[in-house]
Amino acid sequence: MIIRDLFKRTKGEATIPSDESKNVPEGLMTKCPECKHIILTKELIKQDKVCPKCSHHFKMTARERTENLLDAGSFRSIDDHIRSVNPLEFPGYEEKVKKDSEKTGLNEAVLTGFGTLDGREVALAVMDSHFRMGSMGSVVGEKITRAVEAAAERELPFIIFTASGGARMQEGVLSLMQMAKVSVALKRHSNKGLLFISVLTNPTTGGVSASFASVGDINIAEPKALIGFAGRRVIEQTVREKLPENFQTAEFLLEHGQLDAVVHRNKMRETLSALVRLHGKGTGYDEAEAESE
Amino acid sequence: MTKPKQKANKALPFEEPLVQLQTKITELKELTRTADVDMSTEIASLEERMARLEKEIYENMKPWDRVQVARHPNRPTTHDYISRLFTDFIEFHGDRLYGDDEAVIGGIASFHGRPLTVIGHQRGKDTKENIRRNFGMPHPEGYRKALRLMKQAEKFRRPVVCFIDTKGAYPGKAAEERGQSEAIARNLVEMAGLTVPVVSIVIGEGGSGGALALGVANHILMLENSTYSVISPEGAASILWKDSALAQTAAEAMKITAPDLLEMGIIDRIIPEVRGGAHRDPARQAEMLGAALEDSFKELRKLGEQELVDQRYRKFKSIGVFSEE
Repeated sequence: MIIRDLFKRTKGEATIPSDESKNVPEGLMTKCPECKHIILTKELIKQDKVCPKCSHHFKMTARERTENLLDAGSFRSIDDHIRSVNPLEFPGYEEKVKKDSEKTGLNEAVLTGFGTLDGREVALAVMDSHFRMGSMGSVVGEKITRAVEAAAERELPFIIFTASGGARMQEGVLSLMQMAKVSVALKRHSNKGLLFISVLTNPTTGGVSASFASVGDINIAEPKALIGFAGRRVIEQTVREKLPENFQTAEFLLEHGQLDAVVHRNKMRETLSALVRLHGKGTGYDEAEAESE
Repeated sequence: MTKPKQKANKALPFEEPLVQLQTKITELKELTRTADVDMSTEIASLEERMARLEKEIYENMKPWDRVQVARHPNRPTTHDYISRLFTDFIEFHGDRLYGDDEAVIGGIASFHGRPLTVIGHQRGKDTKENIRRNFGMPHPEGYRKALRLMKQAEKFRRPVVCFIDTKGAYPGKAAEERGQSEAIARNLVEMAGLTVPVVSIVIGEGGSGGALALGVANHILMLENSTYSVISPEGAASILWKDSALAQTAAEAMKITAPDLLEMGIIDRIIPEVRGGAHRDPARQAEMLGAALEDSFKELRKLGEQELVDQRYRKFKSIGVFSEE
């Protein structure tokens, strides 16, 4: 027994993360789950967490996203104090939320706040799929709604990065209603002539796909992101036919007219910055004219 | 063309004790008639027991019992309510973009002498009609037709009534290709801005986003035995416990019945059903639904355009349970 222990591989000390943690680079090196290319983690982060060899877009945490996107140090989060409760009294639900909260350092599956993009202020919501698969319950709905309301109040563009498996089952119909809640707030924001950009990242499915994610003035997706209403397995069982390889990918949606653009993460910041600039105050044709008089 | 005959109302599993008792009573009556024995006291006592049992069963329906009533093949559909409640119904077809989805019907009609726009999910009454109507599970063009008719209602200052009765939006390849997500999402946003009264009534199953796409209303009403949920009990059981046989447990846990939704503050009112469920007396049920609809319109007629939008905004804004320390 003791001799065998000597030869046992101690997984905990390996610098190459095991399969389970391939999406969350912790070690010095990270292996790309697509092309198996091994890269220095530091280098990967410098590359916006995109594999330099095959362009695989690694999942990002909400914090990583805000740092990656906004002007350095400009992000200020809001509503970090709202907490999920257990409205349907599902066994173990509170513990699961608590565990993911500790793991991610977030109060729920979305991070919201304000920051600047090349000096222009925006309201931002970033969903985090490391928290309960980014699923939407009451708190996620409330936080996004408040961010949209704050954007409307302060007349700011609203940008959301979606990453979600859909509605949160443990909150039942309350989670379904969050789709409507965010929608009524978005309508108010839109009626003020303000810009809403939805950036769909991997994965954006179910109730999130079927609400705010799909109704941006501009809908953008990251390459290869899984985007769809119903799950692939459900559809296969329903229609009993083979689905194309690229079914429900960002490229598939672009081809079918559901997206404005698929944007590589290396180009995301400059794309969003340009869009915000082009929709800024005084850019309307009549406003510009008034200025030149 | 012959109309399909309405099949006799099939008894549901929870009604089994009633069926057994009824069979016994019938047997005894038959015996009294043919065998010249007087069983009238026995019959009377059984009939009394029957009345008690009926009261006990129908007044204490479990969530799973309601699910079964909501799915009863003879449960009145959108079209049944339209033909009983409204006059002048003229059906309008098509989304002007791709096609006409028969899983959603809509048009203009008169209710108590005033025009309104009516829209609803439409199931079939038999297999043939169900195939045509895709079992009441819409494609994107169904939702886009609905939105077109709502916008038309707004232009002509007509109130809108939506009947919700679907297992969900259709999970198919073509539906995804044509933007099922966008079609549902668009309805949620656009319904939020309608400047005419909108009343949505869940009459059967209200399944997930496919139901909500007709549900961003000023008033949401539910028939007593209808359900409204984020996922079917079977789906919930298979996701949460990897076993769809636990649907009955899921139906309880997910809180999907009308009393549950009223308690959570999601719906405004429950419309009572005739004893045993709407399929027992569709004509009477339509009357009860019509009265509730009239009450809602009376209340909403008092609100101006912006007030209607604001009322809808506040209503949905307030839904959710969380803590703020």
